[in-house]
Amino acid sequence: MTGIIDYQAGNLNSVENALRRLGADYLISSELPVLSGCDRLILPGVGEASWAMARLTESGLDGFIRTFGRPVLGICLGMQLMCRHSEENDTECLGIFPNVVRRFPDIPQFKVPHVGWNSVTGLKSPLYDGIDENSYMYFVHSYYADVNEWTAASTEYCVKFSASLKKDNYFGCQFHPEKSGEAGERLLSNFLKTGI
Amino acid sequence: MLTKRIIPCLDIKDGKTVKGINFKGLENVGDPVMLAKEYCRQMADELVFLDISATIEGRRTFASLVSRIAAEINIPFTVGGGISSVEDAALLLKAGADKISINSAAVARPALISELRDRFGSQCVVVAVDARVDGGNWKITTHGGTRLTGIELFDWVCKVQNYGAGEILFTSMDHDGTKKGYACDVYQKMSEILTIPVIASGGAGCEKDIYDVLASDGGNADAALAASIFHYGEIRIPDLKKYLDRLGIPVRLHL
Repeated sequence: MTGIIDYQAGNLNSVENALRRLGADYLISSELPVLSGCDRLILPGVGEASWAMARLTESGLDGFIRTFGRPVLGICLGMQLMCRHSEENDTECLGIFPNVVRRFPDIPQFKVPHVGWNSVTGLKSPLYDGIDENSYMYFVHSYYADVNEWTAASTEYCVKFSASLKKDNYFGCQFHPEKSGEAGERLLSNFLKTGI
Repeated sequence: MLTKRIIPCLDIKDGKTVKGINFKGLENVGDPVMLAKEYCRQMADELVFLDISATIEGRRTFASLVSRIAAEINIPFTVGGGISSVEDAALLLKAGADKISINSAAVARPALISELRDRFGSQCVVVAVDARVDGGNWKITTHGGTRLTGIELFDWVCKVQNYGAGEILFTSMDHDGTKKGYACDVYQKMSEILTIPVIASGGAGCEKDIYDVLASDGGNADAALAASIFHYGEIRIPDLKKYLDRLGIPVRLHL
């Protein structure tokens, strides 16, 4: 069973639709007893970092996610929340990955947010099994996680940043796999096989 | 590298595509969901669905259609047509749309753009702008291009950005339907003065027109939207993308 964490941050609809297309068993919940029975969790997220962190903290989900011993996939803001700190409203995040989340610099030819299909390279995570180097994924974001030893895929948009992170049972992707066509579906279906 | 987007636009009335669409091997199909899936296979990068229903019943049908589209397709899509309040937008986003597009309602009450941004984030808010040349200057129009306003185009798009739009979808009413190419000079100027992405619409007749509006020394637009040339198979998206790639325009070539 895959649990989609509902913490009132953004649209869970598209992740739910993608899991349904893949024929996955899933539930959506904000309740710790329900989520703790899941084999793996997805932390989605659209919105602003400090507001989203406040929702995780007030519900006790912050500690729960940090200590959940099974696979967790953070998507977009969900991945950024799994980093150490975000420049977005100077927010202390979950600290699962030691990365820092920064705002894209103001460079005239690089519009912010970074919107659209961009390629991912240096793929090194089981989530990329069967996905080619330089596959295109769909991104929408104004902040990015820096590159370090936990980077599992990177993308360039005025800077090189982490398109994916992986550390132990924790996975993250900055793009939206649920909106990234067949390559994104492959990534999600690989995640659904984790921990079995 | 971030790619330039190719976006087919489908007009929807009472839950069906207007006129139907003729793909090779898929004759005159009116079901928007089937068409959307076909465009996904053809490597469209996003889709836009515009509701042109004039009745309340037609609009209700549209919201249920949006849920069906969201359940079936795996690329982002924008919906528009008659959205004039945060509640209208909430209904369609809840149904599964990724972005909403507003036009006349933004001109009538620009604060709506900020309200939508505050509630859903600017990445959800596309402001569509229609304009034509009047007395030597670009002036915006409303109600599908039928009403000319005195508002100057470039002032308006800057204002729209400041109010919190995430993208601008600009259509030149002087070019729309002519198949003689996009208003490249206008897009070039917008890409200089704006910091948000610009989607070009209106005037595509051949592959070269799309190259021109996307090329950095042409229109420098971030995305190109078109309807009939895709629907009637005059341009096939996979062929278009190969053509653009050969000319050095970054595009998403494989699924």
